[in-house]
Amino acid sequence: MVRGITPFLWTLFGAGGMVSALLFPIHILLIGLVFPLGWVDAPDYDFLHGLAIHPITRLYLLALISFPLFHWAHRFRYTVYDVFQMTGGRQLIAFLCYGAALVGTVITIHTLLTIG
Amino acid sequence: MSEVEQRLAGGAGPYHRPISLWWWLGNRAYLKFIIRELTSVFVGIFAVLSLWQVTALSEGPEAYAAFVDRLATPGFVFLNGAVLLFVLYHTITWLNLVPTIVVVRLGGRRVPDGIIAAAHYGLWVVLSAAVAGILLVR
Repeated sequence: MVRGITPFLWTLFGAGGMVSALLFPIHILLIGLVFPLGWVDAPDYDFLHGLAIHPITRLYLLALISFPLFHWAHRFRYTVYDVFQMTGGRQLIAFLCYGAALVGTVITIHTLLTIG
Repeated sequence: MSEVEQRLAGGAGPYHRPISLWWWLGNRAYLKFIIRELTSVFVGIFAVLSLWQVTALSEGPEAYAAFVDRLATPGFVFLNGAVLLFVLYHTITWLNLVPTIVVVRLGGRRVPDGIIAAAHYGLWVVLSAAVAGILLVR
């Protein structure tokens, strides 16, 4: 099952690799460090909420979260194979990794559709 | 039946020397490879953190204030510092690999790797400035 959709999974891996490479550093820097440490005043709830309900921002947030989840799933799957020198149980690892990314994507879509 | 017992019984395939779980620690190239692979864990952590932020935003001002307070705790600041370092390593290794994967031809000639990489680094700067502009200037 996994083998037949490998090109598709690789495309998601590539999209997630690109999205996280280009956009994650600035998001982490601001949301994870600059605002919590008080170096700059954080944007308030009303501003961020108003931003998040805009259709373009919703699509942006879906791409920002979902593609990187699949990037993690694909790369981490092979990391587990390599580190543990796995020959058996590979299908289970693949199922768990892509399954987690899929669940995260469904939660993201649900949240973005109900935000408002 | 263990592998040794199987071999003694004469019914096993070729012998595989057991490989340590830490095979990648002894060699610099292997170590760099595994660190690059492990950046995906930190990419995953920040994707989940972003989902948490969006969920808090959707739940209202109190939930969002709680999210902001949690991020200001030392544990989360330390975690995000580590996440930033590993994700920067991902960004650099990823953008350096792009010319190997993306082949652009202009007028029958292949665009040099350096130009493709530089274009992607430029895109990184532009997008980062755009996100920072929206969140800082507002």
